[in-house]
Amino acid sequence: MRLLSSYYPDYRPDGKATLKVGTNKGAVVPREIADILESRSRLPAPRTLPDHPDHDVDILILGGGGAGITAALFAAKEGRSVLLATKLRVGDSNTVMAEGGIQTALGEEDSPVIHFRDTFRGGHGANDPSLLSVLVSEGPEMVEWLVSRGILFDRDPQGGLSLRKGGGTSRPRLISAKDYTGLELIRVLKEDVVNAPVEILEFSPAIELISGPEGSCAGAVLYDLDSRRHIYVKAKSVILATGGAGRLHLSGFATSNHFGATADGLTMAYRMGIPLVHPESFQFHPTGVMFPSEMAGMLITEAVRGAGARMYNRLGKRFVNELETRDVVASAIIRECAEGRGVKTPQGTSGVYLDLVAIDRDSGEGTVEKRFPNILKLMKRHHVDPTKRPILVYPTLHYQNGGIRIDAQTRTSVSHLLVAGEASGGLHGTNRLMGNSLLELFVFGRRAGVEAANLAMNRPAFSWREASLAHVDRFEEELSSAFSTEERPMAPVLFPDYRRQGT
Amino acid sequence: MDSQNEETGTMVRVSINGREYSVPQGSTMVQAMWYTGHEVIHGVGCLGGVCGACATVYRIEGDFRLRNALACQTLVSEGMSFSMLDSYPIQRAHYDVAGLTDPKEELFTYYPESATCRNCNACTEVCPQGIDVRDSVWRANFGDFKAVADLTFSCVMCGLCVSRCIAEMAPHEIALYARRAYGAKELPFPPNLRHRLDQIHSGTFEGDLKRLESLTPDELKKECEVRS
Repeated sequence: MRLLSSYYPDYRPDGKATLKVGTNKGAVVPREIADILESRSRLPAPRTLPDHPDHDVDILILGGGGAGITAALFAAKEGRSVLLATKLRVGDSNTVMAEGGIQTALGEEDSPVIHFRDTFRGGHGANDPSLLSVLVSEGPEMVEWLVSRGILFDRDPQGGLSLRKGGGTSRPRLISAKDYTGLELIRVLKEDVVNAPVEILEFSPAIELISGPEGSCAGAVLYDLDSRRHIYVKAKSVILATGGAGRLHLSGFATSNHFGATADGLTMAYRMGIPLVHPESFQFHPTGVMFPSEMAGMLITEAVRGAGARMYNRLGKRFVNELETRDVVASAIIRECAEGRGVKTPQGTSGVYLDLVAIDRDSGEGTVEKRFPNILKLMKRHHVDPTKRPILVYPTLHYQNGGIRIDAQTRTSVSHLLVAGEASGGLHGTNRLMGNSLLELFVFGRRAGVEAANLAMNRPAFSWREASLAHVDRFEEELSSAFSTEERPMAPVLFPDYRRQGT
Repeated sequence: MDSQNEETGTMVRVSINGREYSVPQGSTMVQAMWYTGHEVIHGVGCLGGVCGACATVYRIEGDFRLRNALACQTLVSEGMSFSMLDSYPIQRAHYDVAGLTDPKEELFTYYPESATCRNCNACTEVCPQGIDVRDSVWRANFGDFKAVADLTFSCVMCGLCVSRCIAEMAPHEIALYARRAYGAKELPFPPNLRHRLDQIHSGTFEGDLKRLESLTPDELKKECEVRS
């Protein structure tokens, strides 16, 4: 499609780099992604481990968002010892920010098979069919689990789960909790994981995986943000649930992601030689707030377009079918602005109008307030009333479509290392449909937790003396020969630095 | 950060953790902290007003009142002094929602202090989400968990209500308990979900999915091309 190839950031040649080192050598990826993949370790050489690990557990989970919490709950249920380490607090993640909903085929006219087809078409046919089949068939069971934990999804008059339509789908299939879906999920599951037999280490992001016998994974090195000390964890299985990359601000795009979304998992897995799938593919959500500038990047859920919101350029003309897939709608907005039909902000940037007034006009006064209370609350704090006037929007970096290659059991090419959630790749192809990522967290979070427990139980005992950081040394040698004089950045970067230069 | 204002020199005077700075007008409290070189880790989460990490206490010059806000959502103004509250200590109940048998009574086992509300309304006045927190506590006490769910659905669990409660309870945790009990124990199981689960368990879709999985990538593309 010409619109996509000309305007969608994934397909444009600018801002890209060709990887020179590692399993995806030769791949063309955004420069910011190349920077964190072809990067130096935060641990200086010589990289030795202490005589004893600080923690010795069955299962170590890195990341405390939806996937990490779900994995922890199901792993603990198997009776294994579980340590969950996360960068900020448990629940600080992209999950908590999800507004729209979970895609799951519950409609009379719908089925997991149609869900499969819609997702495969939306993902441009690049999806891994075995992962997709698991997603659509186990989805309803995971929703049953969520309902049983007391999560309050919107209901229809018959008491069924209300189904709404998302972009690129042929059936209404989104279940939601107003526009607080992620918040409702995290509030409840966080309470469960805090009450479960799971040890939790907050403000302790992982900075390196540890290798064990025969190229396996044997734990991780964490960095305590408060004491600034390293914490060494020996584990029989490790689950990476480190999430996405939005705070790397690819090509300078604003982002809808949480503060810690810096793709640390990609960095660590790549150093271990694990292949990435579609590392060049990102989702730019069409409707990020442009103005007022202090809200830049904040998401206006796609569900508003499902509910009838329209988009207009500076000339007051509609320029795209608002219910197309996200990449198509985002490309159309970028095109309007690039060709001078965007609306200028006082900062000199431009965007297009997203008109929610149409929703109230079509479906009755008060519809926006009832269905999207969060958007209304957030915008009104900044003196913008979307029920009266259109919002100015531009695409915002929202989701990492690709990620670390996994199989249907969430296993990677390194034994005893599993991946779940946004850090993994393959499921969504090169464009994710709305609501499939929340479903993914639960379906594959559970699979990762259960599989990690199985692997841990059956793993022969090994000694801490067999554990090492040799894979990091090897990677740095490769890096030095590929970039002889050029200084490489250090990663994981952990956080963006928004402090004023020179302060 | 609003660089426009920095360039045009529209600056405001603020005090952050007791130290005076000049920052661009139009910055949020968190942006003002970055602008002045603070490395903010505790107190930042989603930067989108839903995670509740950035509860903050502030005062405006010349006004005796203490106010509260979410720092990622609140713009600085001339003469504002603020400090982040990072994490307010609370006591959380240990329970399994599936194991509740009489949730309305068990509320007083897990949160006996919920019955000691003295109606001062400080929790409601402090809530950055505009929730009628005091009413939600009473509704919980009277067992109207549906009303609690409706009243508190936008709660971001920032804990500012706890910081003001003279009965020293945690209203946001009580509301979470009531919402969960309502969802898990009072609401009937959704019939459309039940129906789909029955179909899945009897293998209705297995054959079709197996067939899709077995196709070559090109066949699969062709098969999925058309919206059915």
